[in-house]
Amino acid sequence: MPNLSDLKNRIASVKSTRKITKAMQMVASAKLRRAQDAAQAGRPYAERFNAVMAGLTASVGASEGGPKLLTGTGSDQTQLLVVMTAERGLCGGFNSNIAKLARIAAKQLLAEGKTVKILTVGKKGRESLKREFGALLVDHVDLSDVKRVGYDNASAIAQNVLHRFDAGEFDVAKIFYSEFGSVVNQIPTELQVIPAKFEAVTDEGTVYDYEPSEEGILADLLPRSVATQIFTALLENAASEQGARMSAMDNATRNAGEMIDKLTIQYNRSRQAKITNELIEIISGAEAL
Amino acid sequence: MADTLNFDLVSPERSLASFEATAVQIPGSEGDMTAMANHEPVLTTLRPGVLSVNAAGGVSEYVVTGGFAEVTAQGVTVIAERAMVKADVTQEDMDGIIAGAAEAVEKASEETQEAARKVQSDVAALAAALGLNAA
Repeated sequence: MPNLSDLKNRIASVKSTRKITKAMQMVASAKLRRAQDAAQAGRPYAERFNAVMAGLTASVGASEGGPKLLTGTGSDQTQLLVVMTAERGLCGGFNSNIAKLARIAAKQLLAEGKTVKILTVGKKGRESLKREFGALLVDHVDLSDVKRVGYDNASAIAQNVLHRFDAGEFDVAKIFYSEFGSVVNQIPTELQVIPAKFEAVTDEGTVYDYEPSEEGILADLLPRSVATQIFTALLENAASEQGARMSAMDNATRNAGEMIDKLTIQYNRSRQAKITNELIEIISGAEAL
Repeated sequence: MADTLNFDLVSPERSLASFEATAVQIPGSEGDMTAMANHEPVLTTLRPGVLSVNAAGGVSEYVVTGGFAEVTAQGVTVIAERAMVKADVTQEDMDGIIAGAAEAVEKASEETQEAARKVQSDVAALAAALGLNAA
């Protein structure tokens, strides 16, 4: 049985751990609210954009010789996986879930004989994929200096990806991120951005005049749509990260509390045992006289 | 209210404005256009320029840098990649936009060179219109 001062030290250290996790949980919940607001604010743009793109692609997309971003290069040999994770850990399974999804996808593609290239956004994803796929990592985008993800960040990543596409470095691009379901539910998601896929429009209500031509608009908007999709993913990711951290830290705080209770009981018992022991010694000493 | 239309201005980060307007002047990439109520449905891309909206309470002006506008009989939705209230645009913002346009020209391939140059000159014109330094 550990002695009393050891137990006392352990209780003190678990208490300070609990303070830290509690603080992290509160910070995460404040950040989560902000991230959720940002995701909310970005939604109208993405929705409108995708609706227009869906309408446009439905009318133009089917034709031959459409923009490559839409029709693809005619091959799916080389695939670029854009893996977006957080810059920091201590957020439960958030980073590892995204990395796991990407790893499964990469393995499957490799098994099919495809060439895989990986672009990582966020330090944590890079760390966990480096061991297995170190040779496949082509680039890394560091967002650790960014306090709040803005459209500029997404736009820069999109430029990076599009530049590689123009240079013929890959045929298909997919992004991996985590969709925000709720605080306890983040869904790792895989989304193909190049060639672009849009959900078919259900109502073909309005017939638009296009200025410039439909093709011209499409050529102008497709690159932006890649940026929009990445931006949406970044926002979802930010909210998911904070949500995951919040619930992870909530668990940690609760565990620390339980541990403190257990240790305190143990401490009290040993103190009691020690006192009893001493009493027995005194009494038996007195009897011996 | 037959003579007003719904005007919405959304940027990726937030929705900037949403109100009833009487006329909206859109800096389209093929030329400016003014949309009023019951306009024919049009979809146009934007060039960097000033978007001005006439409403009952006066005229509001915004600076937009690319994106597109969707005009329907009911309203106008401007989906701008970057949008700011005109009065809030500083020299610093303008410098950033100018640098971005210059970079795009540099990076552009032969096919897109012309378009990028057009954007650059639009940006210069925009800076002049705002009375800011274009250098």
